[in-house]
Amino acid sequence: MAENARIRITDAGRGRSRSMSPQRWGALIGGGALAIYGITRRSPLGIALAASGGTVAVLAAKRKSSPESSASSTILINCTPQEVYRFWRDFENLPRFMNRLETVSKLDDRRSRWVAIGPGGKPIHWDAEITNERENEHISWQSLPDSDIQVDGTVDFRSAPAGRGTIVDVHIEYSPSLGSANTFAKFLNKGANFAMRQDLRRLEAMMEAGEVPTIEGQSHGPRDFITGVMRFADPTQPIPARSNLKETFAARRRMA
Amino acid sequence: MKAVCYMGVEKMSVETVPDPTILNPRDAIVKISSTCICGSDLHLYDGFVPTMEQGDIMGHEFMGEVVEVGAGLKPDKLKVGDRVVVPFTIACGNCFFCKKQLWSLCNNSNPNYWMAEEMMGYSPSGLFGYTHMMGGYAGGQAQYARVPFADVGPIKVPEGISDEKAVFLSDIFPTGYFGAVMADIEPGDTVAVWGCGPVAQFSIRSCFMLGAERVIAIDRFDYRLRMAQAGGAETINYEEVDDVVQTLKDMTGNIGPDRCIDAVGMEAHDHGLMYMMDRAKQMARIEMDRPVVLRQAIQACRKGGTVSVPGVYAGFIDKVPMGAFMNKGLTMRAGQTHMMRYMKPLLDKIEKGEFDPSFVISHRVPIDRAPEMYKIFRDKKENCTKVVLDPWADGARAA
Repeated sequence: MAENARIRITDAGRGRSRSMSPQRWGALIGGGALAIYGITRRSPLGIALAASGGTVAVLAAKRKSSPESSASSTILINCTPQEVYRFWRDFENLPRFMNRLETVSKLDDRRSRWVAIGPGGKPIHWDAEITNERENEHISWQSLPDSDIQVDGTVDFRSAPAGRGTIVDVHIEYSPSLGSANTFAKFLNKGANFAMRQDLRRLEAMMEAGEVPTIEGQSHGPRDFITGVMRFADPTQPIPARSNLKETFAARRRMA
Repeated sequence: MKAVCYMGVEKMSVETVPDPTILNPRDAIVKISSTCICGSDLHLYDGFVPTMEQGDIMGHEFMGEVVEVGAGLKPDKLKVGDRVVVPFTIACGNCFFCKKQLWSLCNNSNPNYWMAEEMMGYSPSGLFGYTHMMGGYAGGQAQYARVPFADVGPIKVPEGISDEKAVFLSDIFPTGYFGAVMADIEPGDTVAVWGCGPVAQFSIRSCFMLGAERVIAIDRFDYRLRMAQAGGAETINYEEVDDVVQTLKDMTGNIGPDRCIDAVGMEAHDHGLMYMMDRAKQMARIEMDRPVVLRQAIQACRKGGTVSVPGVYAGFIDKVPMGAFMNKGLTMRAGQTHMMRYMKPLLDKIEKGEFDPSFVISHRVPIDRAPEMYKIFRDKKENCTKVVLDPWADGARAA
């Protein structure tokens, strides 16, 4: 099942992982130029510039870009496979830790209706069906024909050694490639794997602590414009569907 | 409510902000009766720890009365009316790390763990009022504070113990003690302690509690050295000696101190070329911390000894003598304090009258004077060692 999915999906991201993105070229060229300029200055400041410019260039050259059409991540959670399997199997729980999902509603025991936040805040709808499952071990699901996107997901639960809990492995493939919800996130190389890792950290907090840690809505002093920009570009916070961008910006500037 | 807000480098300001509210089921709201400025707050004041934002509420050493509890808190753990000291580290109590008593490494209390993961690989626990990388939680230099996972951290304080004796259980007393614990002191040991600030003062006294024979304290301010002497330490004023390492050798029969404690951290002072270079690199942000003390401690420590680092470092350091560290077979231990291990036993010591932490206090002022106290504390003016703020005192400038 998963094999089929992989063959169908790899097309969408073809070629992407080999070539360098414009951002990486920009960092490489910009960093290199800064380093050369710094070296020619022959002063303490010049050395500093050369060092930081060189660092930027090296990082840019080293960084691997991930294909945008799949995401995988893994996490160790301090609970039994049964506990986390049960939580996950009730798909209506998923938006509690996957913050790019708005809602998942059950249609029957195997089928569910999903609404996610797409690029630019547009909602994406699809129906999914569980295609394979083994209690406390494995669930895989797939979107039904006529969905906005094709999604295949699998999750595996296995016991960690010495009673340390459960290792949860998740893999999701989708087409067409959605790109990233905002360009700043892309600039920071915060792609789909990053988003999924954040989701799983929230799942861990849900299972272990019973709540997801937050500072949203706490009090604070006057924020400046820069803080507003940083909040707006926060790669962990997608902009919800149907939201007014200007209002969102203002709200995030106010928000801690 | 009133709150001390970070408004930029060397700019603190007392602002009127909305009162905190319960955001998660295991939250509590504490009405603060006493709160302090910590030496580590000065690293933020000086702008050397990344991810502070304008408007952040400062402070992580506070105590007070519980005035509201979330739906997830059981009354046998915490209820309205309890008088509590709140530890500066936030811990969930249920993750791998909390179960191992490594409370300051809690996996679930930092909402911005991804920022810390970028810099450190993994994220330590969330902290109050100490950068967004460490959670971005609003701090306790305010009239009220929201305390997450309030059934794990806060410890109840009996009415008979004054705020001045209890409030340092929030950070510096356990942190000083932890510095001594990490040093693995054996009976008869000589311990060198760099710095004579409040954490160091508690470390000095804790070393003796844990069986040290001699403690040698190193600083440059006479009033702080005198306080160390009052705690039983011998002292070195590093501005009056050529070479701290040689002086320590001379004082220990050329074997060196068995244990070295760095209670200074990232903004250490010294003289000489290496120090000037560190200072310049830190200003240019190409070296985040000045590891002056760390270098001396590794160099001075006797072979097979232990270097304990309760002092705060934020990022990357240059020219650490790894060769000395490896070939001398040293052990280094570091970390934010695992508060929940030590708060209860140290509270018991205070309760029995065996120890009174209030000796470090030099200033008691209304919260309105906090911004100027940051500067006085940073510049070591007015013989300042520890500032306790009263959030409810009338803001009389004359106080």
